[in-house]
Amino acid sequence: MAKELLKGNDAFAEAAIRAGCEAYFGYPITPQTEALEHMSKRMPELRRVFLQAESEVAAINMVYGAACAGVRTMTSSSSPGISLMMEGLSYIAGSEVPVVVVNVMRGGPGLGNIAPSQADYNQMVKGGGHGDYHPIVLAPATVQEMIDLTVEAFDLAEKYRTIVAILADGSLGQIMEPAELPPMQPVRKLKDRPSWALTGAKKRDPNIISSIYIDPVEEEKVNLRLMAKKAEIEANEVRFRELLLDDAEFAVVAFGTAGRIAQSAITEARAEGIKVGLMRPISLFPFPYERIHQLADEVKAMLVVEMNGGQMLEDVRLGVEGKVPVSFYGRMGGMVPMPEEVLEEIQKLARSVKN
Amino acid sequence: MTNPEMVESLIYEKPESLTDIGTHYCPGCTHGISHRLIAEVIDEMGAREDIIGIAPVGCAVFAYNYFNMDFAEAAHGRAPAMATGVKRVNPDKVVFTYQGDGDLASIGAAEILHATGRGENITVIFINNAIYGMTGGQMAPTTLPGQRTTSTPLGRDIELHGFPLRMCEILSQMDGAAYIVRRSLHDVAHIRKAKKALRTAFEVQRQGLGFSMVELLSSCPTNWNITAEDSLKWIETHMIPTYPLGDYKVHAALSVK
Repeated sequence: MAKELLKGNDAFAEAAIRAGCEAYFGYPITPQTEALEHMSKRMPELRRVFLQAESEVAAINMVYGAACAGVRTMTSSSSPGISLMMEGLSYIAGSEVPVVVVNVMRGGPGLGNIAPSQADYNQMVKGGGHGDYHPIVLAPATVQEMIDLTVEAFDLAEKYRTIVAILADGSLGQIMEPAELPPMQPVRKLKDRPSWALTGAKKRDPNIISSIYIDPVEEEKVNLRLMAKKAEIEANEVRFRELLLDDAEFAVVAFGTAGRIAQSAITEARAEGIKVGLMRPISLFPFPYERIHQLADEVKAMLVVEMNGGQMLEDVRLGVEGKVPVSFYGRMGGMVPMPEEVLEEIQKLARSVKN
Repeated sequence: MTNPEMVESLIYEKPESLTDIGTHYCPGCTHGISHRLIAEVIDEMGAREDIIGIAPVGCAVFAYNYFNMDFAEAAHGRAPAMATGVKRVNPDKVVFTYQGDGDLASIGAAEILHATGRGENITVIFINNAIYGMTGGQMAPTTLPGQRTTSTPLGRDIELHGFPLRMCEILSQMDGAAYIVRRSLHDVAHIRKAKKALRTAFEVQRQGLGFSMVELLSSCPTNWNITAEDSLKWIETHMIPTYPLGDYKVHAALSVK
């Protein structure tokens, strides 16, 4: 398929459709509303389910219901809306049904604003709702990655019977750039729905989907199973991109839009002779701790750049384990760093290590 | 010695739609009656293999253990939203929720209102016993004025806590509602009427007429602090005057019959 000029929000929505998403439930919120609008037009056209819910609370519970019925289903929202979904996400995690959620993050806390932000890293990556669970969290940096990771998200969600969250931001939702959509996958036939799905107990024992285990002995077993799944995901699903790290003395670690901006700064810094490269985590859970740990042996210092007050920073420091200094540069509240600001931080880093 | 003239005739048995498990419900509680009525209706309709139930948070949280059919357990109050998701991708199945008054009328007020407004083609069984049972007898949105609960120890003061919500009256105002009725489980005659209403509600869904809800006035002897027998009387003397029985909305397609 040829490249088209696509807006991030439309692109991930269309990608979900092509990945076989059969039911979308959402609620308008800037800066992701185009995704809901795209779904409102396309899903009925394809005789699939689109429903604008009365709230994000209802939307995620509709997704929960559709997921229990064994179809590919998703929702998308932005920060305040995602906060409202946390109850439902915890139930979904406890019930182990596959669900895809896209968070097009905006400035916070509270009502905040509608500008790009990465301030929901902790909320999404560390679980968010109550209880011990870890959704797979994938962070795109381009419209093409929005598409590719959304398609992958449905496969991963079903493979592990887990939540997969796409952690984007207002910039990625609103930006337009050339990208290629995948071919259309048909939706799953009723007879091909998973054996655990709620489809009516015809000629089989009833299926029960629940997140309540009143006996702590049983609840601990469920938690141990979730932890085993977490370990499997950590072993198999780490994703990251690297740029110019082969001979690097310094590494910038940044995800999503911040990673993209850091890439521009690194190009500038290289032109000035600073040997710096980029490590851009794509899977935020599972986080590439191992690679970061290794990288700490290869470089003299690291710089973490985020559009928040330093959230992924903690994970990078966990990976580095004090082997090299890790500095931080962040903008908050919907402010996006300019490449020059990041370049200045790289220059500072280079000077500090030489001195 | 058997009498050759005696013929064995089965007049009562466990519905296939119930499992063979003793329930956790307190003695004298009417949940058992409503479970059985629903199961009998599903059996009679031959719908057991085509039905998906959604359990609430509250005393009926374990309903899925007692119904012999596909079931999910929702978050508190969210059963109508979850049922919406199940129904939209299983339009040919019968989908019902079973919810108490705290679940449906308090924390789930938005979800029930909008499911009704959409004319969501699901059936809701609404158990109104005027109290929070599972958490130990606190005030519900349906608690009667003056009624003592563990969170209204001096009785529900309407100046402080406001008035009981009458859900049938509220929901029947909405265009999406196809069948909204209130019945009671306090004696045999009313139990029989309740069963008939449950049957109609499921038929409404099968015919795709829209949202259906049967409210069942129910007892909670444990948390009302009275005997099982007195609690049935209390439904009649105290609850029915506040929650009049009757048909609040009946789709035109039903009244033609």
